[in-house]
Amino acid sequence: MSETLLEVRNLSISAGSKALVQNIEFSMQRGERIGLIGESGSGKSLTATSLLGLLPEELEVNGDARLRGFDQNLLRAPDKLMRALRGDEISMVFQEPLTALNPLMRVGAQVAEVMLQHGKISHRLAATKRSIELLASVKIPDPELAARAYPHQLSGGQRQRVMIAMALANNPQLLLCDEPTTALDVTVQRQVLELVSEQVRERGTGLLFITHDLAVVANMCSRVLVLNQGKIVEQGDLDQVFSAPTHPYTRALLAASDLEATDERGRLFTVSTAGAYRPPVVGEAAENAVASAGGDEIPMMGAAATPAQIPAGKALIEVSEVSRIYHRARTTLWGPRPEVPALDGISFTVRSGERLGIVGESGSGKSTLLRILAGLDQPSKGSVLVAGTEVAGAKERDLVDLRKELQIVFQDPMGSLDPRMRVRDIVAEPLLIPGVNLNATERSATVSRMLESVGLESDSAARYPHQFSGGQRQRISIARALVNRPRILVADEPVSALDVSVRAQVLNLLADLVEENELTLLFVSHDLAVVRHLCDKVIVMKDGKIVEAGNTKQIYTNPAHPYTAELVASSLNLREELARV
Amino acid sequence: MLVRIAKNLARFIVTFLVATLAVFSLMRVLPGDPAVIAAGENATPEIIAQLAKEFGTDRSLPVQYWEWFSGILRGNFGVSYVTRTDISPLVLDKVQVSLILVVLAMLLALVIAIPLGTLAAVRHRKLSGALISGISQLGIAVPGFLLGIMLVTLVSLRLGWLPANGWTSPGDEFGDFLRRVILPVTALAGVQSAILMRYVRSAVLDVMHEDYLRTARAKGLSPMKALLKHGLRNAAIPVLTVTSVQFAALIIGAVVIERVFVIPGLGSMLLTAVGNRDLLTVQSVVMVLVAITLLINLMVDVLYTILDPRIRAAE
Repeated sequence: MSETLLEVRNLSISAGSKALVQNIEFSMQRGERIGLIGESGSGKSLTATSLLGLLPEELEVNGDARLRGFDQNLLRAPDKLMRALRGDEISMVFQEPLTALNPLMRVGAQVAEVMLQHGKISHRLAATKRSIELLASVKIPDPELAARAYPHQLSGGQRQRVMIAMALANNPQLLLCDEPTTALDVTVQRQVLELVSEQVRERGTGLLFITHDLAVVANMCSRVLVLNQGKIVEQGDLDQVFSAPTHPYTRALLAASDLEATDERGRLFTVSTAGAYRPPVVGEAAENAVASAGGDEIPMMGAAATPAQIPAGKALIEVSEVSRIYHRARTTLWGPRPEVPALDGISFTVRSGERLGIVGESGSGKSTLLRILAGLDQPSKGSVLVAGTEVAGAKERDLVDLRKELQIVFQDPMGSLDPRMRVRDIVAEPLLIPGVNLNATERSATVSRMLESVGLESDSAARYPHQFSGGQRQRISIARALVNRPRILVADEPVSALDVSVRAQVLNLLADLVEENELTLLFVSHDLAVVRHLCDKVIVMKDGKIVEAGNTKQIYTNPAHPYTAELVASSLNLREELARV
Repeated sequence: MLVRIAKNLARFIVTFLVATLAVFSLMRVLPGDPAVIAAGENATPEIIAQLAKEFGTDRSLPVQYWEWFSGILRGNFGVSYVTRTDISPLVLDKVQVSLILVVLAMLLALVIAIPLGTLAAVRHRKLSGALISGISQLGIAVPGFLLGIMLVTLVSLRLGWLPANGWTSPGDEFGDFLRRVILPVTALAGVQSAILMRYVRSAVLDVMHEDYLRTARAKGLSPMKALLKHGLRNAAIPVLTVTSVQFAALIIGAVVIERVFVIPGLGSMLLTAVGNRDLLTVQSVVMVLVAITLLINLMVDVLYTILDPRIRAAE
């Protein structure tokens, strides 16, 4: 283990006069697994890409990086040498398995290509045979069939397995993984992580694992580098960095990632309150690792602020026997068009004041359900009563009341705000619906009040969305959703596009606003930890059906349905992962 | 796959039907009774009535339409009101000429546009790339007939290398055909290649930023090999779309170019027929043009299916 595999000294990357990465130094032993942690824009992907020599031309890179067995500096080596190394000695698995494979080429050929390219196998037939073996080794069911398939015929998890097979085909010394599971569902994420872990251990491959997710790092790596704004602020063994962080940024990141720790107000720790955060102790059982103010129950939102259980209000949303069937394109000339049930006979009730989490993986129908609740889509069957309005069969003009009572915050803060509208117009737009009679002055006052309540400066009103960060944009979305004082707030994965430190702030803001305005909250997420923190009831969806519904605590600690149990077991949790180290 | 082709065929048939109706109605709405025109200035009402009977224009419109339409299906376009000759053999002759012109021009345009557009994309940060883009920009601004006239002036009149106009069928004498076809095809392809080059450039640029190209590079492929092996086929899909649209533009362009080079194609025939108020001939030629355009679209769609497995396997 003492042999050095990779030695990086003084690595800096700049675009013109702007430094993107500064003085990165670390070394990796053979077979070591190092986690590179950082938020978006911290330079973690650039660092990995520079080791492959694939940085965009306009960036300048300086420093020294040596790989075992090669006496040239990887950062300065001619492209000819780097071409020989890439895919052979150093491989990379990228984040987005959907786009990282050539859509027009069979999967087997893409795996075979990397072996043929490096002359490991000279015969095409032998390479094809070997690629089937490789696909089998990454546990793709029916590898022979998969080899002949095109990428779009495989699932996201299978595509990422193909990428891994491709990266490991030539037994590289070093594997770079750039957020390889961020785009995957929780259950698939766990499987893929296990696969990577198993493969690199078996082959003695050095692993540089890039991620923003601390729980994933805890699961995968033995040593961590913490990157902030292009600099390594802290590095060391996993248990040491995670349980006794020395740098305030590391501490803040840990505090914001730890959804089981809350401050005395029952809110998540953020960058500004991280001082009071007590990091988890490695090896300590997760159940005992209770944060500063939680008592011996897992603290939930509002645990401190509203000690009493929420009184069961009137039923505000009643969904009964709702189905939504989509039709796929015809496949036979005379037969009927194939039906795809996105929702299949769903029933549930939400009482006023409840905070309901809707959990499910991609394709489970949760977005369809939201669209129907918001009157943006129609159910094929069944009835949906939202705040006294029947959505099924309603015309747009019948939905004015619904629009007043229910508002949505969408997932993507970049795409869901009109880039050509000023913030004040975006926030004021819901005030223009019929029945809200405000003059211009009143509207402007309302907008200012709203912006203030979501924590934005009052001069934000005159600016455009692109002038704000992701977190701030999500605050604008929240302001727009709440400006009409709706009774129901629907949030569709509102924090999944945000960085960890911003996530905590936005979740706290949501919690505050829900409490202050006595809102009923529907929170859709694939992230079980977030739902667990924020919601008091949960429904678990799979293939358009509700497989389980009940109180959050009961579902998380004692899931009745096997799928729920699998979901809970698959979701990575910082404290549990650390307890396992 | 089969379903897709069946759908396309159905669309082809419906579009063709609608087109026949539209063309037929349009021609009837235009002022000028063919019998009156054919009879000349001093015609008596009896002569006009007799001519109308002869042409069949005295019958009700649906009957006229049906006769014309069923004729088309049998490949019989009828007899011209003006020249009193059969239209079908004439059209068939001219179609060949125009098709040769258009297809050759499109091939030439592609042969120029694909390598140059790819080069412009690969070198988009360098002077050479900017230069190619600039030239293509200029090319778009020059109309085909102007390019034709310029070519004739320079190559034929000044240098005397090639004949200025006229046409020889490739079956008659191939060498002469070649010498006569070069200038019109170049004139026709000029603008097209400039337009297509822009699309090729942007398609290749898009592909160069795709993740799978980065994957190919991470496998150790050189930038050129990655682009050729993984990029071009992907870039071909949007270019194919534009090509099929541009085919229609090319057919329109051929009408003018045939005039400039005095080529006996559909375009010349159409212009002459319009000038003579030869209603039935105009109708027939327009229908042939519509059919060609539709056929090309049909072929392009089949090509898509071959190129892109995602379309093939949408079932």
